[in-house]
Amino acid sequence: MPQVSLTVNGKQHTVEVEGRTLLVELLREKLGLTGTHVGCDTSQCGACVVHVDGLAVKSCTMLALQADGMAVTTIEGIAAADGTLHPMQEMFREHHALQCGFCTPGMVMTAIDLVNAHPDGLTDKEIREGLEGNLCRCTGYHNIVKAIAAAHPLMHGQAPKAAE
Amino acid sequence: MYDFAYQKPASVADAVKLLGDDPDAKALAGGQTFIPVLKQRLAKPSTIVDLGKLDLRGITVGADTVTIGAMTTHAAVASSEELKAKIPGLQELASWIGDEAVRHRGTMGGSLANNDPAACYPSAALAMDATIKTDRREIKADDFFQGMFTTALEPNEIITSITFKVPQKSAYEKFRNPASRYAIVGVFVAQHANGVRLAITGAGQGGVFRHTAFEQALSSNFSPDAIAGIATPPDDLNGDIHASAEYRAHLINVVARRAVAKAR
Ligand SMILES: Cc1cc2nc3c(=O)[nH]c(=O)nc-3n(C[C@H](O)[C@H](O)[C@H](O)COP(=O)(O)OP(=O)(O)OC[C@H]3O[C@@H](n4cnc5c(N)ncnc54)[C@H](O)[C@@H]3O)c2cc1C
Ligand code: FES
Ligand code: FES
Repeated sequence: MPQVSLTVNGKQHTVEVEGRTLLVELLREKLGLTGTHVGCDTSQCGACVVHVDGLAVKSCTMLALQADGMAVTTIEGIAAADGTLHPMQEMFREHHALQCGFCTPGMVMTAIDLVNAHPDGLTDKEIREGLEGNLCRCTGYHNIVKAIAAAHPLMHGQAPKAAE
Repeated sequence: MYDFAYQKPASVADAVKLLGDDPDAKALAGGQTFIPVLKQRLAKPSTIVDLGKLDLRGITVGADTVTIGAMTTHAAVASSEELKAKIPGLQELASWIGDEAVRHRGTMGGSLANNDPAACYPSAALAMDATIKTDRREIKADDFFQGMFTTALEPNEIITSITFKVPQKSAYEKFRNPASRYAIVGVFVAQHANGVRLAITGAGQGGVFRHTAFEQALSSNFSPDAIAGIATPPDDLNGDIHASAEYRAHLINVVARRAVAKAR
């Protein structure tokens, strides 16, 4: 069987896979990282979004072998080593941006990419357009948009608007 | 998904050889079309030849032409400031394909080779008189698209780059399917020194096509009013659960006028 060598959340792995093994299958079934979800398996819902070399991609629409030599970050890899949540996770919690939580890992990974790509600021319209490829069946999106807007200044090293 | 062997050649020549040696081998670029096809078992390749290692990325902006490598992602096209200044319509088109995650993987070469009747790039290639360069020859866009999911490419032929003629003004406008984000009707209009070229995607039964009646009218008067009275016969248009042929015929005029109005 072919082998794939890649870094996942900073750890190097070499794993035997089939040609047809999807990146999401490698993550969930071979590495036990079940935080990344499969919602649709048809490239539509974004529940499976992870970062590959820093960019958001749908891990159900990438072969594991295509990720050879690349660095993958999943929802398990974004909190600090001591367990402190990533600012995006913290803002999702604070703004009640999840209900059942199924879409949340993909939402958070997409949101982090979106904020990274817009260092100078993000309008609500840009946030909504940026979530084009992520479906949520519970929240109605408003609180997700609020959480992302609140995480933006935190991620770019500014104090939150209401601080002190 | 059926299983397959996997190869990731380091040169175009090796990729062409792998594809040529085995008639059931297939190329894989961004996989944003092909992996869903494999999942549905609509294709059963023996070997996947991943083009991911080939040096076919990049955007070269010249005085009269822009050349884009086949493996350049939609996200790279959408975020190029240099391209935005030169051909705003092409940058805008790329920024509207699917969603950000799709744009991070999907490529221009894959979109053109696939020639989905609802894909966006084929309309830009036709409207900007593009030349599609492959491992063995150059093909004019007018000869490249040969009906739904059909192109002039030979089975083992690989697109290496696409060269667009820079128009004076351009725009892409699409009326999209809200679920899939593909075009129900998409219009690319390009005003060149020697006349206007306007291509329609999403609507034709035979895939992308040039709208010659619109082109003639716009070549003498580049304004939305010039085409307001020109009806498109629904006979050769697509009708499906998303839109009837008659509705698409109506949309073609509306979307084309919007494109002309915003061209810059
Ligand atoms: C949710 C979603 C929404 C989308 N929305 C849109 C949209 O709004 N508009 C739009 O235009 N597209 C849309 N797409 C399709 C997307 O643009 C694809 O990226 C594109 O159509 C195919 O490019 P790819 O690089 O992914 O090719 P692949 O899927 O890897 O390949 C497609 C086909 O092209 C062949 N091929 C690939 N590269 C080459 C090459 N260099 N030479 C020869 N043959 C080659 C392959 O063998 C295969 O048959 C969407 C896709 C998804 C999943
Ligand atoms: S599971 Fe990948 S997009 Fe839905
Ligand atoms: S919180 Fe349930 S799908 Fe989004």
